[in-house]
Amino acid sequence: MVREFTIGPATREAYGAALVELGRKNPNVVVLDADLSKSTYTGKFGKEFPDRFFNIGIAEANMVGIAGGLAHSGKIPFCSSFACFLVDKGYDQLRIAVAYPQENVKVVSSHGGISIGEDGPSQQSIEDVALMVTLPGFVVCVPSDAAQARDLVLRAADHKGPVYIRTGRPKVATIYTGGEFPFGKSRQLEDGKDVTIVANGLMVAEALKAHDALKDDGITARVIDSYCVKPLDEEAIISAARDTGALVVAEEHSKIGGLGAMVAQCLAAHFPAPVEQVAVNDTYAESGSPAQLLEKYGLTWKHVVAAARKVLGRKVRPLGNEPPPAGKASESEHHPFEV
Amino acid sequence: MPLTYDELKAKAVRVRRDSLEMITAAASGHPGGSLSEVEILVALWFRVMRHDPKNPQWAARDRFILSKGHGCPALYSCMAHTGYFDPSTLNTLRKLGSPLQGHPDRRFIPALEASTGSLGNGLSIGIGIAHALKLDKTDARVYVVVGDGECQEGQIWEAAMYAGAHGLDNITLIVDYNKKQLDDMVKHVLPMDPLGGKFAAMNWDVMEIDGHNMQLVVEALEESKKVKGRPTCIVAHTITGKGVSFMENDPKWHGVAPTKEECAKALAELGV
Ligand SMILES: Cc1ncc(C[n+]2csc(CCOP(=O)(O)OP(=O)(O)O)c2C)c(N)n1
Ligand SMILES: [Mg+2]
Repeated sequence: MVREFTIGPATREAYGAALVELGRKNPNVVVLDADLSKSTYTGKFGKEFPDRFFNIGIAEANMVGIAGGLAHSGKIPFCSSFACFLVDKGYDQLRIAVAYPQENVKVVSSHGGISIGEDGPSQQSIEDVALMVTLPGFVVCVPSDAAQARDLVLRAADHKGPVYIRTGRPKVATIYTGGEFPFGKSRQLEDGKDVTIVANGLMVAEALKAHDALKDDGITARVIDSYCVKPLDEEAIISAARDTGALVVAEEHSKIGGLGAMVAQCLAAHFPAPVEQVAVNDTYAESGSPAQLLEKYGLTWKHVVAAARKVLGRKVRPLGNEPPPAGKASESEHHPFEV
Repeated sequence: MPLTYDELKAKAVRVRRDSLEMITAAASGHPGGSLSEVEILVALWFRVMRHDPKNPQWAARDRFILSKGHGCPALYSCMAHTGYFDPSTLNTLRKLGSPLQGHPDRRFIPALEASTGSLGNGLSIGIGIAHALKLDKTDARVYVVVGDGECQEGQIWEAAMYAGAHGLDNITLIVDYNKKQLDDMVKHVLPMDPLGGKFAAMNWDVMEIDGHNMQLVVEALEESKKVKGRPTCIVAHTITGKGVSFMENDPKWHGVAPTKEECAKALAELGV
């Protein structure tokens, strides 16, 4: 039996509320939006602090540049729009006005992933994490629920340097009641010995459900919420590979360039282990309800379970534990592991 | 025989009705900006543009780009009633598997010239098409519809500067100047006036018209075909939510679908 979650606020709502908290505490916090303040929830801050709220208009590139200038002058700008418009339209400015001079800009998107539903691919973002992790010096986070989103937003204000946080449109499962989520770390939510599921965003709840389904079949899974994609919690990833020998990475993003790629890169460098990805398979999605799209594009706990089974079949076994497949023994002589 | 103004006005009522019914059935979408652009789209699709639904890839066809892609319900209705697909498809808007995506999508409707929805893109694509049409020595024209809020995108002005400087007289840009964007009225977010003056300064031929007067819309579009050496910008003064009293001039109706009851009330006002 897979667990059920209570559905809590969307991570974008948590962002809006956290901004108001920050605004009350810190007069240097300023907020910018590009005509989407109702959707990103920055409008709440704008209502309470109209002098510190800048609705730039439908001009995301200009907004990011302005945020760079505000940060340069000692303000702590949070700037927001849908992930696709904020990151893609503002990319040169994110690079030149923020990342390159390491300005203290907080870039918080809403509508990450395909779970925005009916508006379709032009408003869905499956590339933003990949684009943001390539910018030197950026911290990149994908919160899984409201409590975590709140903590990450407050933390971003205290952090010196550029931060990207991706929030989502739909109301999501409540995973946490509170807690600390430092940058560069992850959170282990379940332990197991057969396989590790690394997830972030709304795939964390799916990973936990997959854990339960696998358990019913006698497979135990470690589940890691990798809310911080960069810097990646490499220690946790390497330990998972060492302890469980196989990983599934689940994210609401293109399978290229996101958390899955970061995990694979880490393992390739430090501790090779098979990885299966649960992610959008290098395609644009379409219009439909969020649930329909997550199903069609392979982002449910059932897909996580299937990936776990697949990766178990690819598992690398210590020499001597299992008879090696015929004809392969000599090839792997100089390697401590073999497929 | 071209449609008469009365016939075009009847089409406009039909397109408004379809748009409202489609958005209501989908339970999401953008009524305000779909209703403000109706006369512009009807004039183009039912009278001004040279096109053939039986031959959507006809080389000599005029090209149309709805750069403000969120206004696609009205576009889909025009395309259905000019013969590009069965009007019964309209009620599938935004549903999984429907060709009628939440924003225009060429993967599903090849007759569209551009996939839009990220504001600011349409005019540049139109310029590329206009250049190609000139290279191919056809007299086909490019019609691009943008929103007034959309004109806050820098790309629009890069494109406007370019088209003016290069005298691309096979482009007609129509601004759906409904004074409203997503968060608020345009004047409260980032005022665009003088909008026509900005284009005029960039060497465009500019006309300002009442964008709900069918005859004026048709005449301005026809006039733009005759302009030589400069692109044309028609600043069409419109009303967001036009035709439905409780939607008119209210930014709240930018991206909220009416309930069934609200839709019925709206249709009654349209007299359908
Ligand atoms: C690049 C980009 N930024 C933001 C949005 C979200 N958005 C959709 S419609 C809209 C307002 C558009 O206003 P306008 O162009 O005036 O259109 P209309 O009033 O005709 O609906 C916004 C901000 C978008 N689609 N694309
Ligand atoms: Mg407008």
